[in-house]
Order: sequence, then structure tokens, then C-alpha cells
Amino acid sequence: MKLQQLSLFLENRPGRLGAPLEAIAKEGINILTLSLADTAQFGILRLIVREWDKAKQVLEDAGWVVNLTEVVAVDVLDRPGGLAEALAVLEGAGLNIEYMYAFSLRRGDKAILIFRFEDPDRAIAVLLEKGLHVVDGDELLSVVSG
Amino acid sequence: MRGTTGIEFLGSDRFRTDATPINGSRTMPAQIHEARRQIEHRIWDPDAETLPRDGIEALQLERLRELVTRVARVPFYRDHFAHREIGPHSIRSLADVRRLPLTTKDDLRRQHPFGFLAVPRKALARIHGSSGTTGRPTFVAYTARDLETWSNLCARFLVAGGLRPEHTAQVAFGYGLFTGGFGLHYGIERVGAAIIPAAAGNTRRQIEIMRDLDPEVLICTPSYALTIADSARELGIDPRSLPIRFGHFGGEPWTEDMRREIEDQLDIAAFNNYGLSEVIGPGVSGECPERTGMHIQEDHFLVECLDPESLEPVPEGEPGELVISTLTREAMPLIRYRTRDIARLYREPCACGRRTTRMSRITGRTDDMLIIRGVNVFPSQIEEALLRVEGTTPHYLIEVSRPGTLDEVHVKVEIRPEIFSDRMDRMQALCERISREINTVAGIRAHVDLVEPRSIERFVGKAKRVLDRRNLGE
Repeated sequence: MKLQQLSLFLENRPGRLGAPLEAIAKEGINILTLSLADTAQFGILRLIVREWDKAKQVLEDAGWVVNLTEVVAVDVLDRPGGLAEALAVLEGAGLNIEYMYAFSLRRGDKAILIFRFEDPDRAIAVLLEKGLHVVDGDELLSVVSG
Repeated sequence: MRGTTGIEFLGSDRFRTDATPINGSRTMPAQIHEARRQIEHRIWDPDAETLPRDGIEALQLERLRELVTRVARVPFYRDHFAHREIGPHSIRSLADVRRLPLTTKDDLRRQHPFGFLAVPRKALARIHGSSGTTGRPTFVAYTARDLETWSNLCARFLVAGGLRPEHTAQVAFGYGLFTGGFGLHYGIERVGAAIIPAAAGNTRRQIEIMRDLDPEVLICTPSYALTIADSARELGIDPRSLPIRFGHFGGEPWTEDMRREIEDQLDIAAFNNYGLSEVIGPGVSGECPERTGMHIQEDHFLVECLDPESLEPVPEGEPGELVISTLTREAMPLIRYRTRDIARLYREPCACGRRTTRMSRITGRTDDMLIIRGVNVFPSQIEEALLRVEGTTPHYLIEVSRPGTLDEVHVKVEIRPEIFSDRMDRMQALCERISREINTVAGIRAHVDLVEPRSIERFVGKAKRVLDRRNLGE
């Protein structure tokens, strides 16, 4: 049920974001979604890609420090309040979110939320119990590529 | 200038120079042209300061022999002398100083705190400490006569650089173990000028005091002078409108560019002086209005300029390490102390009338010590701090710059898998932790910059760990 997310350390200066993205593009690896957290001095690029192990190898070979993290994807209805309802469930269960990001699908009426939990297994159990739909890797790939 | 009694302190026959006070008898046009900054040539202790070369050297030789006798009370020197059968008889000319051993900071540390005392502990009148932050300070002891000497030495460079009994001087140096505050304080007092012991810090208050009390003279580090100018502008006060007419700056290396900045921003004449706590504190040398080097007080210090590798003297005018013998110190006399400071020496006469050797600004160090806002920092301390944070040491670089008026330190650390996290809070906590460790070990606030792998230049052999962008050369 968990997804593998790649994180990269980048210095916060012009041109630093493009280089790793080009490196994986060159290998024909498609990015499903990404998020960037930054300070004035550095950034953390988080990527969800189709072939995470290959992408990790490519990036590491090119000299980046890459970290692998398990995240949880949940789909919600792409309408006002969709995210808020999901968050209310998590909050009610006392689940702490380290960070999250979201994207909506090109087709259909769903949005995908990506969560980084301290304890992803417990989070998945709670989400399922509360009737939310946890999207696994294969499913995400199929919905994204349509 | 009325007759002051600047040389009465030499009460003992041993140190007597037989000078009579004729302060103010020498007046020549100075090279500072702006009327407000005009400083006339004056000499505090003319007989000592204008001795002809042969007189200076004869006095140095006599005092060097006395020094050799005096330091025989210090086990470090006694053992060395006994081994090599060295005594006052070994010193037949000043060049014979090279038969004597060198003394290093490490030697002082090994004898912590008072292994170098040449007088009984009860004879001490004051104890200062070096600004070193490597765990514990190196203590420096003074007898009452050492303090007298010291005040007089500070009086000499202060008078050379414009101080007169009718002036008021604001001292914005730290008062404490640091030798700057008290050294200058008693020098000013000796001259007979009024002192405002404002001490370091609280810049707004410094400016208020200046506006209330109209001091003509400012005493502080050169970078603090520029901080005062910045702070005045922030308060909407033109720094050039402040009452200060000239300043004596020291305690950290600075440049001619910085002098121009200080002089333009504050509309003052800025004078350089040099000293180090191990030998006495400020007062080893200072500038006259010619400002063509700092006059070394050679009746009290024998200064050599050596190639730091071969330890042979460098040709005159070439840069070398200053090595100082304290000819008249009583409590803690040192023979051939390696200052690690790089400068040039000039022996030709100065237009001011003094015949003493002059030294250039300090243009570098022979060790890798950095002086950051007046605090001595060794790169090894930064490394020690990084060692406390796992995974940070293989590749790092210390970058020192002076973007405005104050030194800034950036410690660049290459990111490695074991310290990288996808969580921003963890990454920020890492930076904070490194910064805290550096502060604990080295006593400075450093910016920690995490950088990408392989972005710090690799070296074959010894890694270059420090990049000093302050441009402190001449």
C-alpha cells in the first residue's frame, strides 16, 4: 500500500532543480508528481517516479544524495472540501503528518494526496478503517497514465 | 602641551633611560590634510623614542643580557640554558639572540597557568588572559612595574597618534581578561586625558555618549568603528557629524582600504597599533602621523623577522614571522616568542624623528589561526565541532568574509546520505546543531551552509579548509 518516494538534496541556486530532472528524463523515467521544500539556502526535492529503483541509481551515479522514503497516497474527490475531510479523519485519529502534497488527475474527478507519516503502517490501517481509499503503486500508475 | 611626566615611571636604575620630559618639543606638519583630522607630531618620551640607532642597539644588548639572567628563574629556560651552557656571557652582540631558544604558544600552554613566572606569585599586580578560546585562556601576569611600563608604552603610541591631555577618549574595547580595554585605559590616563570607559557593545549607547560628552578620540577594533558608523546612519545621524576626530584601532588585522572607509565614514584620522597579550598587550608598536608603519618600542622589545620555515632572518622589507623578546618584562619575560604574525620590518629613519624600526600591518599568520571579530579561531576547533556531529567532517570548508563591516563565517558542509533527511525540520535541526557545536567549541557564531556532494574542491594531499575572502593583505 506504500509508495516509494525519492528525496534529493539541492542547493538553492539557479539551475540546480533542472539537472536531476534532466538526468532521469534522459533515462526515459516519467515523474508522476513532485514537491519541493526549500529554505533560502537549500531545498529538498521529493519525487514519485515510475521506476524508483532505476531513478535512484541514475541520480546516485550522477552524484546526488538520494533518500528513499515510504509515503502513503490517498485519493479524494476533486471538489471543495475533499482534502479537508481527509485531514479531519487523520486528525481525529491523532496521526501526525510530517508533510504532504497533492495533485489532481488530468482525467476523472479525483485528486491524489501524498502523505509522509512517522508511522505509515498505522496510518494506512486508520485510513482504511475510516473508509478512505489508499492508492497503491500499481493503481497510482494506472490512474495517472489513464 | 604642558610638561607631563611621562618617563618618571622608570624609577629603577636598571630600566632607567635618563630622559627628561620634553613632550611637545617636536612639531612637524603631518600628512593628513583634512583640517579636522590634522595631527601634529608629538613624542611622549623623546629620549627613549628618538635614540639614535647605535643607542637603541646598545640599550637592547644590555637589556637582552639582563633578560637572559632574569629568565634563568623560569624552569623552561633554565633547563635549556643549562644544556647548552648559555648565559649572559653568550650574548656578545644582538645577533647572538639567535643562540637563544624560541618560545611558542604551545610552550606557554604546557606550563599553564604560571610555569613562565619569573617572580614570586605574591609580586604580581595583575593577571590578564589571551583571547584564545581553545578551552582555557593563556594567562599573562604583570608586576606593578610591568603595568607602569605598559601604560607608558600605550601613552607613547597614543601621543604619537594625536592624544593630548586636554582630550577625552571613549574606550569601546572590552574591559576584562582581554588586554585591550585596560591597556589603553591606563595609557590614556598616563597621558592625562579624560577617559570614558564605555566598554564594548551597545552601539546606540556609544553614539549617545559621544553626542553627550563630545570625546575627540575613539578606541576600539577597526570593525567596531565601522559598526558605530552604520549604527549612526540607522539612527538618522550623519556619522561624520560625531565629535570624534581621530581613533586608535587594533585587536584584529585590518587593511588600508578599511582605514580609508573608517576615515571617510567618520571623518576622522585612524591610527593602527599592534601588540599581543603574551608579550604585554597593546603597546608593542604604533603609528605616528606619517603612517608609514608602526614604530616598534625597541627599548622594550627586541623584534626579529624570520622565515617561518628556515627560522633564518628575512632580508629587510620582506615579509616574515615576528619573533619578540620582552627586554624589560618582569613577571613573565619571554625569549624569542613566536607571534605567528607575518609582517615586514623597515629600518630607515622616519620623518617623525623617531629612529625605531617600523613594522607593516599584519598581513597574515604562519599558522592557520583566524581572527573573527577579535576572537582567535583555529580551523581545528571547527573540525572538532563538526566531529561531534556524525557524518559532517569528510568534506567541509570554512569561508570567512567581511560583507559589511563585520566578519562573517560560513561553514560549508557537504551533504552525505547519513545526514540527509527528506524532512525539512530534521535538516534545519542539523544546521542548528552544527552551529551550536561551533559556538561551544570556537566561541563564534557561524552560518552553516549545507552544500551538494562534491561541490567543495578536492585536494591532493592536505585539504584546504579555509577560504579567507577578507583580503587582509597589504
